[in-house]
Amino acid sequence: MKPRYALFGTLAAVIAVPSLAQTKPVEPPGGRYAKDAEQVFRSSFRVDNPKYWMSRLDQDETMRLCGQYRDNPPRKIGAQLEKANQATIRYPVEGKLIGDWKEGEKLAAVGTGGHIGFIQPDPPGRLRGGNCYACHQLAQKEVAYGTIGPSLQHYGKTRGNSEEIVKYTYDKIYNSNAFTACTNMPRFGLHSWLTPEQITHIVAFLLDPESPVNKD
Amino acid sequence: MIQALMRMLFGSIVAGACIGSVAAQDSKVADELAKYREALADGNPADLLEVKGEALWAEKRGPRNASLEQCDLGLGPGKLEGAYAQLPRYFADTRKVMDVESRLVYCMVTLQGFKQDEVTRQWFSKPGKESDIEALVTFIGAKSNGKPINVPAAHPEEQRMAKIGEYIFYRRSGPQDFSCAICHGQDGKRIRLQELGNLTTREGAGTAMKTWPSYRVSQGAVWTMQRRLIDCMRQARWPEPDYLADSIIALETFLQKTATGTVMETPGIKR
Ligand code: HEC
Ligand code: HEC
Repeated sequence: MKPRYALFGTLAAVIAVPSLAQTKPVEPPGGRYAKDAEQVFRSSFRVDNPKYWMSRLDQDETMRLCGQYRDNPPRKIGAQLEKANQATIRYPVEGKLIGDWKEGEKLAAVGTGGHIGFIQPDPPGRLRGGNCYACHQLAQKEVAYGTIGPSLQHYGKTRGNSEEIVKYTYDKIYNSNAFTACTNMPRFGLHSWLTPEQITHIVAFLLDPESPVNKD
Repeated sequence: MIQALMRMLFGSIVAGACIGSVAAQDSKVADELAKYREALADGNPADLLEVKGEALWAEKRGPRNASLEQCDLGLGPGKLEGAYAQLPRYFADTRKVMDVESRLVYCMVTLQGFKQDEVTRQWFSKPGKESDIEALVTFIGAKSNGKPINVPAAHPEEQRMAKIGEYIFYRRSGPQDFSCAICHGQDGKRIRLQELGNLTTREGAGTAMKTWPSYRVSQGAVWTMQRRLIDCMRQARWPEPDYLADSIIALETFLQKTATGTVMETPGIKR
């Protein structure tokens, strides 16, 4: 950076602080070593990792900016990311967004799938689920739930199952960042981690009055 | 004894699941875990490994038939008290920031004459296949008990590595959009029932870092910090880093810097 710009930057920061106290800019992780850090990270992997494994380290714009802002982007950038993520959502061919809650119940509980590496990879064909319980409370009978996300117990009971709620729930699971840029929740549809049909089953698990999420 | 305790623990989780409110069940599980840790506290299986590590340290081995007693872990040749607590650090002789494991391997190569790939082939144990590195690190770690973690990262190279670690900590990628911060960036969260400390605070990083290396009950083995972090990358669904890779050492530097001041209590015992 040329000194003139650096000075300007400092002045701008000084002026901005009093009016936008809560959005005071945070240094991007890595600071001036960020470029260096990317290179160190990329070259730290075993050379015998297949190419298609290594591609998991590639970042899209959302991942890159979320990292840069420590998952707390300024609202303007957050809104841009949400719009871009909204545009990725795809629906099942028949257009029905509520599937079978019993299937959804199974998928929500499965935490395996997608582990790679040489030490303890998942065997090929290992069932891949949503692992929702890692982060959310859902059915009351499952006590081993995590708390990274909010409790979704009685989700349908409290929200109802209007068309709007059904669509929101589907969209949220397909691409969580369509609503909350840089959320901790994965983008299950975007990454083809879950198929659109599987997502409809999980939607049913959350919304069906007969599902243990709402019944118990 | 471990098997019996496992059965006791598992049994009470199942029993706990059948009665009372969800909150009560949760605290019951947590209670059982606490009791379980207490029960193991006077008999941590890692203590055996520590003894083995001590013997390995003093034994003349390798093509040069030398012991590791002249190994310099940062405080001078053979100085072990508090050495683990001040790693990773910059070493002028290699012009690199090294962690306990990379430095130990360096000593095995330079003092004992082993080849690096030979000595790291068994860098972690498998059932029936013990790891010298695991034993030695357990021994070296215990020599820092009662000492505060001290990685101020004052040297420019250490500063750089701490910053690289910070970058990696927040870097998101993979089919689950994970970064370290997703699982370890907030206070008081859990994944399923496993509590996750906030590794970005001194309190959280301290609670974690002071107890490594740690005996992992679910794995029936002691894990070193390299093993822990490489497994977290597996959980993040990333490819597998090299053992002793700079990215792991950078993360360790970042975490130890954050944890600086916390008093070591190792070997720990974990789920
Ligand atoms: C790694 C953590 C994580 C996983 C796994 C996860 N979520 Fe989430 N989820 C979150 C977080 C954090 C939030 C709150 C922030 C937000 O809205 O994105 C959230 C929010 C939600 C919401 C919105 C709640 C509301 O009040 O509108 C729904 C619905 C949801 N998750 C469903 C699911 C389902 C279904 C799955 C499994 C297929 C799942 N989540 C897996 C972390 C996770
Ligand atoms: C998908 C979740 C997830 C991700 C991503 C993840 N971890 Fe972990 N981490 C865990 C779990 C689960 C544990 C074990 C907790 C237990 O057994 O009690 C753990 C344990 C740890 C510990 C030991 C904590 C202690 O208290 O002893 C450290 C340190 C750690 N992780 C660092 C990292 C770093 C650095 C990264 C990024 C490279 C990372 N983790 C990524 C889930 C994760």
